[in-house]
Amino acid sequence: MSFYNTSISELHQQLVNGDVSATDLVKRAFDRIEETDDKLQAFLALNKEAALKRAAEIDKAGVADDQLLAGIPLAVKDNILTKGLTTTAASKILENFNPVYDATVVEKIKQAGAINVGKTNLDEFAMGSSTENSAFKTTHNPWNLTRVPGGSSGGSAAAVAAGDVLGAFGTDTGGSIRMPASFNGIVGMKPTYGRVSRWGVIAFGSSFDQVGWLTKSVKDNAILMQAISGLDKHDMTSANKEVPNWAASLDNASVKGLRIAVPEEYVSDKLDPDVREVVEAALKHYESLGATIDTVKMPHTKYGVPAYYILASSEASSNLQRYDGIRYGFRAKDVKNLDDVYVRSRTEGFGEEVKRRIMLGTFSLSAGFYDAYFNKAAKVRRLMANDFFNVLKDHDVIMGATGATTAFEIGSEVDDPTKMYFNDTLTVPVNMAGLPAMSIPAGFSKKDGMPVGLQIIGKQFDEQTLYNTAYVFEQTTDVHKRNPKLGGQD
Amino acid sequence: MAEKIDRQEVQHVANLAKLSFDDQALSKITPQLEEIIGLFTDLQKVDTDGVEPMYSPTTEVNVMREDKGIRSNQREALLKNAPDTQDGLIKVPAIIDESEDGDK
Repeated sequence: MSFYNTSISELHQQLVNGDVSATDLVKRAFDRIEETDDKLQAFLALNKEAALKRAAEIDKAGVADDQLLAGIPLAVKDNILTKGLTTTAASKILENFNPVYDATVVEKIKQAGAINVGKTNLDEFAMGSSTENSAFKTTHNPWNLTRVPGGSSGGSAAAVAAGDVLGAFGTDTGGSIRMPASFNGIVGMKPTYGRVSRWGVIAFGSSFDQVGWLTKSVKDNAILMQAISGLDKHDMTSANKEVPNWAASLDNASVKGLRIAVPEEYVSDKLDPDVREVVEAALKHYESLGATIDTVKMPHTKYGVPAYYILASSEASSNLQRYDGIRYGFRAKDVKNLDDVYVRSRTEGFGEEVKRRIMLGTFSLSAGFYDAYFNKAAKVRRLMANDFFNVLKDHDVIMGATGATTAFEIGSEVDDPTKMYFNDTLTVPVNMAGLPAMSIPAGFSKKDGMPVGLQIIGKQFDEQTLYNTAYVFEQTTDVHKRNPKLGGQD
Repeated sequence: MAEKIDRQEVQHVANLAKLSFDDQALSKITPQLEEIIGLFTDLQKVDTDGVEPMYSPTTEVNVMREDKGIRSNQREALLKNAPDTQDGLIKVPAIIDESEDGDK
């Protein structure tokens, strides 16, 4: 039995009333995973024993009214540290790595009583847009098993879309939450940079990385986001900002008078026409509910991909220096000297895409190229951020497509890195500016029947407006009511 | 200012990054890097005169904590993740390869 057609609030009420136990819910999650994961390959590790033990503890103590997450099964992307449960970042270099502490976000949901059922697949070190760069397995899209689930949080997205769990952690450096949300017809939120602690999240591009959630519903996303947000003394980029109860006011949300900006570049003819049609219909729907729509220009959008790949790869090349085969992780066999340990462990331990990014980053930072590449990209980043800030001065949100296409075929792009990078054209600009953005299910492509995501971008720390705007769409349309049949077999 | 990325340049960057590419891998990655770096070169078209580089979106400033030692007592757990250990320490191969002494 899946977790379709229910919600955290509903399960919570059932737990409080004693109609269901945490053990029932955890068993339901594992049963569903067993049913679906042969086809999907969404999970890298299951946490069955510990999850059932924790559920029994919660059942024994009982769930109080204010313990909204107690007994709720969730999944964790495998680049987020979980104490005592392997955390690999889908890399051979961390194949048997067993963290000695929990990431702050994991610690927070544990404290709240939520139960981690397992670790989900991703592109190695979150570098990719299809989850095909995992060193261990390829995850399949539950709407069509020959398609990718998007990336890099593809395992989390597939698990949620398949009804294995109601929510799963993602991380978003250049679109890694929003793209898979779009490809799987679910809700994905990348909060404002600084909203959520990155402590214990395996670093990729530290000035871009944020943790967020993939969920079936907007309200569940808001509830889960509140639980992980806030200042953390372990992460000096986490912001000392009050964390609102975003879910509380959703039922009063309205888009009447909402000022929506739509950048030409986000609905351009470079989009797949069927994607464009769905996105334009969603915009019209908002208009019919009383929102105003202005078409705007964000001229630096086209430079987002090159600027992002320089900066994020540079940060990655620096962050990934720590994998040296000495203190933890993979060490190559029969090494003769120290340099050999470094070079051979890294060469054998990292996959192709990770090595490509390290090379791009090292090149961009190297003597003679620093000004022309790294620093130039950082200046373009400023211009891109200013584009956003200017548009958001007199608009509440920015909308457009999340991706230019629906989920593509497994194997169709993996050998063409440039083509793969351009999938991120409409998602990376947001990370440049550190703004919050989400992708919500907007509809389905007429051509291939696959889900299409609408991207909603907001002002810094204004997640509330995003959740409100998303909630209104969800509640006034039927898009979210459709569930995948897992390749035709229910 | 298109940069020509040849095998020699790729080798040089690989040395900096502590990676190695054999002949076959080099033949694959060199044109890929050339294509991607070709894209990067597009940025030269953007007028960034007088633009302050942006390295992070954060507005937070560095915060100091009290300078107090914390004992975490996790030695054993940490050592379990090490590829090779001996007597409670991480074991590494000889740092200087003695077989190379004759060449120097």
